[in-house]
Amino acid sequence: MSALLEIDDLIVRFRHPGSMLDRLRGRGRQDIEAVAGVSLRVEQGSTYALVGESGSGKSTLARAIVGLVAVAGGSIRFEGRTIASAGQSDLRAVRRDIAIMFQDPIGSLSPRRSVRSILSEPFKVHGVDADLSQEVARLLTQVGLSPDFADRFPHQLSGGQARRVGVARALALRPKLVIADEPTAGLDVSVQGELLNLMNDLQAKLGVAFLMITHNLHVVRHVADRMGVMYLGRLVEEGATGPIFEQPRHRYTQALLAANSEPDPDADVQRLPIRGEVPSLIARPSGCEFHPRCGFALDICKTKLPELTGADGIRAFRCHNPAGVKTAETVPEPA
Amino acid sequence: MADDILDISGLSVDFRTPGGTLHALRDVNLSVKRGSVLGIVGESGCGKSTLINTVIGLLPSNARVAGGEVRFDGRDMLKMTPGQLQDLRGQRMTAVFQDPMTALNPVLTIGQQMVAIQYRSGASTREKRRRAAEYLAKVRIPDPEPRLGQYPHQFSGGMRQRICIAMALLAEPDLMIADEPTTALDATLELEVIALLKDLQREVGCAVLFISHHLGAIAQLCDDVAIMYAGEVVERGTVREIFHDARHPYTRALLTCDPGRIREATRRLPTIPGSIPDLRRLPEGCIFRPRCPERFERCAEHPGDRRITETQFAACHKALDLAPLERIEA
Repeated sequence: MSALLEIDDLIVRFRHPGSMLDRLRGRGRQDIEAVAGVSLRVEQGSTYALVGESGSGKSTLARAIVGLVAVAGGSIRFEGRTIASAGQSDLRAVRRDIAIMFQDPIGSLSPRRSVRSILSEPFKVHGVDADLSQEVARLLTQVGLSPDFADRFPHQLSGGQARRVGVARALALRPKLVIADEPTAGLDVSVQGELLNLMNDLQAKLGVAFLMITHNLHVVRHVADRMGVMYLGRLVEEGATGPIFEQPRHRYTQALLAANSEPDPDADVQRLPIRGEVPSLIARPSGCEFHPRCGFALDICKTKLPELTGADGIRAFRCHNPAGVKTAETVPEPA
Repeated sequence: MADDILDISGLSVDFRTPGGTLHALRDVNLSVKRGSVLGIVGESGCGKSTLINTVIGLLPSNARVAGGEVRFDGRDMLKMTPGQLQDLRGQRMTAVFQDPMTALNPVLTIGQQMVAIQYRSGASTREKRRRAAEYLAKVRIPDPEPRLGQYPHQFSGGMRQRICIAMALLAEPDLMIADEPTTALDATLELEVIALLKDLQREVGCAVLFISHHLGAIAQLCDDVAIMYAGEVVERGTVREIFHDARHPYTRALLTCDPGRIREATRRLPTIPGSIPDLRRLPEGCIFRPRCPERFERCAEHPGDRRITETQFAACHKALDLAPLERIEA
């Protein structure tokens, strides 16, 4: 059986205008690759988490799947059918099967429309003939809100309630895949747990798959079946969540896990083997793009982009000097 | 000289709203020792922002201080004239806010802004610029001198927050208020900013009032911690007391909910059932009672602060009887 969503070697380019000086010198525009050859599969009814720092291309990848940005190379297939490839997209057939939940819960709901109107819209847009008031009540109940909420407006909702309405809207047409961009960002921990439990229950009940974009690794560990770690538009490590948390192989994954430490005043803070900030996409570092920040970089890392290691389907990574191998370990240079 | 740079006692703040008076803060007691870091933790609506806005004097016009004192270096700020307050703010007391994207003026260079905030100093512009560069270097911005000529958009989010920290420290304040300074940053940058804050706080010797809902950040940075719930401080103590031996059921629930503390991967995350009470119609007795798993008859009367140790207080009738919070081990 083929996967629900298959992404192969996906490339998304943006045009960077360049500085005025460069243009005067005739160096002109240059393209930046926000997504630079990403391959991943999301199975039916599973949760896939994409993690990475700001600017790693997570959201661009999600936007490419729903056709909000054009694809420059590679392909996206949904249930075996190609829905986007270089210069083309054919989303009509799958529009109802793929839904998206945006990051800002209140900002993504129109302030002038009641919850009823917001939840009825997907049915109207897709010309679905349904008893709208019944559907709205069903959706609200499904996300644990009372049907009275239909008459409220977004400003009358708390952050957690607004997210629930967002979930209800995404699930309106019974999609097979929901893309959730930072579903818990800005939520309090207790409310965050409620929302994730709800998503998990709905997944079990409706068999919907989630592609979750997040930078909260604690959450990933509990909710995702598989995860991909993005860095400068590439997946540097990808695979089943359990093994990656147990033993990250890529040094970047290792650093991210260390940064999401357990809240303990006696934890050792100084172990973070990562320096500086994400480099600019305009000036991608040579070789392994993580080498300028990596405490374990070898000479080869500066010149050669590491191949993808481990294509057994459980986990793959790109690193010349991976963690978990005692012999190749080098002493981190002092930061 | 008072031991505490900031000493809040019995502070209550009300808001006039169309639906009645909202009791946003009730009998808040807190103190920040000179040169130490106090962390305030709490969920949305717990009164963290009202608390700092009271301290910096930024309360909106429908707010009223119903009682209590806010002593800065021994003097009650609530009794100060606007002029006296102005002498404190930006000089002895500075602030860093949540969003580094909007805290800086986009049409002025970093250098212009860093010189402008030294307006009280009598030094020459050249000297002010030198100091600005010195503080940029302190927050580890490479090549500070030329970067003073750049605009905020030419810096990344993490750098902008570090610039805001540099500006808050330029005045060498006695107290820096940091309101969720790392919330908008990635985990890796957050760690860097926390480490930086810790180093600089020691170097400059100022006290910090650090507000966050991220327990990891609180654990790493703070000396003392106060937990707020629905307008009250329900527990306070040293960072180790709070994280290792929390005595209030709300603190314990909060710690339990943090997915970072759950060792075994689980699909069902703990939550705190119920929601924050309506602060216009306060329930009788303990504020956490409707959601508390430990509630019993006596909770109908307000427990008040129970002293646990020299430094730890919890507002709970059962504070001394609760079993140690079990760590969820793999």
